[in-house]
Amino acid sequence: MTATATPVGRPRPVRAVSRRPRRGRARVWARVWPNATALVLFAGFVFPVYWMFNTAFKPNSDIVTDTPVWFPSRPTLDHFATAVRAENFLTLVRNSVTVTLLAVVLALLIALFAAFALARMRFAGRKSIILTFMVAQMAPWEVMVIAIYMTVRDADMLNSLVPLTLFYTVMVLPLTVLTLRGYVAAVPKELEESAMVDGCGRTQAFRRVIFPLLAPGVMATSLFGFITAWNEFPMVLILNKDAQSQTLPLWLSGFQTAFGDDWGATMAAASLFAVPILLLFLYLQRKAVSGLTSGAVKG
Amino acid sequence: MSVQTDDAPPPVRSTPRTTPPGTRPYADDRPGGPKQTTGRLPYLLLLPALAATAVLLGWPLVMNGLLSFQNLNMTQLIQHVTDWAGTDNYRATLGSEDFWRVTLRSVLFTAVNVAVIMLFGTLTGLLLARLGPRMRLLLSSGLVLAWAMPVIAATTVYQWLFAQRFGVVNWVLDAVGIHSMAGFNWTGGQIPTFFVISLLIVWTSVPFVAINLYAATTTIPKELYEAAALDGASARQSFATVTLPFLRPFLLVMTFLEVIWIFKAFPHIFAINEGGPDRLTETLPVYAFVEGVGNQHYGTGAAISVLTIVILLGLMSYYLRAAMRQEEDEK
Repeated sequence: MTATATPVGRPRPVRAVSRRPRRGRARVWARVWPNATALVLFAGFVFPVYWMFNTAFKPNSDIVTDTPVWFPSRPTLDHFATAVRAENFLTLVRNSVTVTLLAVVLALLIALFAAFALARMRFAGRKSIILTFMVAQMAPWEVMVIAIYMTVRDADMLNSLVPLTLFYTVMVLPLTVLTLRGYVAAVPKELEESAMVDGCGRTQAFRRVIFPLLAPGVMATSLFGFITAWNEFPMVLILNKDAQSQTLPLWLSGFQTAFGDDWGATMAAASLFAVPILLLFLYLQRKAVSGLTSGAVKG
Repeated sequence: MSVQTDDAPPPVRSTPRTTPPGTRPYADDRPGGPKQTTGRLPYLLLLPALAATAVLLGWPLVMNGLLSFQNLNMTQLIQHVTDWAGTDNYRATLGSEDFWRVTLRSVLFTAVNVAVIMLFGTLTGLLLARLGPRMRLLLSSGLVLAWAMPVIAATTVYQWLFAQRFGVVNWVLDAVGIHSMAGFNWTGGQIPTFFVISLLIVWTSVPFVAINLYAATTTIPKELYEAAALDGASARQSFATVTLPFLRPFLLVMTFLEVIWIFKAFPHIFAINEGGPDRLTETLPVYAFVEGVGNQHYGTGAAISVLTIVILLGLMSYYLRAAMRQEEDEK
């Protein structure tokens, strides 16, 4: 018996089963089952994503079939063409990108000041302010759409991207403040102090010393803002009835109605909508997770 | 809302809970900690963030409250008339059987989903900790892919997976011998629709729990296991005495968060079947939307949403208490 390695160095699962007569088999089993389970889980989690892309690239004859085609043997881009050529598609992309980017940048700008104050200064009411942001972060925007609709209508701003941008800014703001605060706090205070000793003012010390160190944190934080704003659905559903002023989530949710059972085009549209987020997420994954645990929030 | 924040419990991250609550002051307020900053600077820095939140989140909240006391239907909406109705909306809502049925359904829906998510997520997280580096990378990339799928894209994919004709799920069920499922209409009944919605929610939520839990297990000091092994603890015992107590605070906070998120889940349910069939899959947020916007009873919708917010605040106060505890140790 040369089975030396158990999957983890920590609690040795082997011992728990070592009472069994057939030791060797038990050990092999203890090594096999986690990997086997992991493979099954992996397949289960990836399958819907795979099926989306798979369908998007398949010719219609492979979609409308009694036996599923598991791999596109004759991949086609027709469905993407259908999706892109759909009415208003490019306008909607532009709307979504504009609103999302503006909201994230605005939130970051405002949040940087707040995060700095919360991470570096002690003042009366600090804890209540943190608490306020925590509550605001979980605000039930979905159930306030009626009030938001009335407010926006009275301001005569229906079908405009301005209220959407502002609301999305505030939607992602608390999360941005709370996570950024963690990143600011992680920058050693000494760096700032020595910069101030060297003759920088407080603002300069922040801009030259802290801000560059915050860049990775800013990127991870903005990922969640990006996802929230990119995905937002109920508010645009009620505020922007005019097709020219809508965003991609709304278009995608109505795509089926527009295209009937054209699953190829629908999946192509879903892929186009999901790809930016999937790429961003994979790229920023590690930082994102640490940011999450410190802010305890989800996109 | 009353949330206790002053009884700072001991650190959660670094050591298991040992000190009773209320014995330690807030770490940074102790003498020798960072100095109290006086002056207006911190408030000035916070002003933009607070002002924006107050105007764009606070005002709709107030407005929502005001609307809930108005008789507001299509007529009043078009004519811009304010027609106060006192507590009529609340009385009508609280007196309606529908509201209570939906509330009960929301609670059940949340409980079932959160239980499944926490169980499945925890097991997956623990599995991640046991895997070798390559398998771990593989599984966590799969989790991240599911996690990152935008909600609307995910619901669209699920509609396709569960499509009555040519949906792959029906085909698989037929292929494994359950022929009655060949042309099954998943959105035709309450339970099947809820099944699809729940699967979608579990699929997108488990990665968060699993990855976070795995991250938490990596912070458990190895010495604790060594000590347990020296004491002759079996694998099961060291799991019960070291791993579990260490992870408990994380599990607690994540459960609260999931409860809040699932309770107010809107797009998943709405985009799958708009709360149908026959309004049988409406949870409170969807009910408020359908009643208020869909059926144009804006005042009643506002009252339902106020009641939903009240329930959410109750849930949140539990979460915030746990979160503030973690907050204190991260200093």
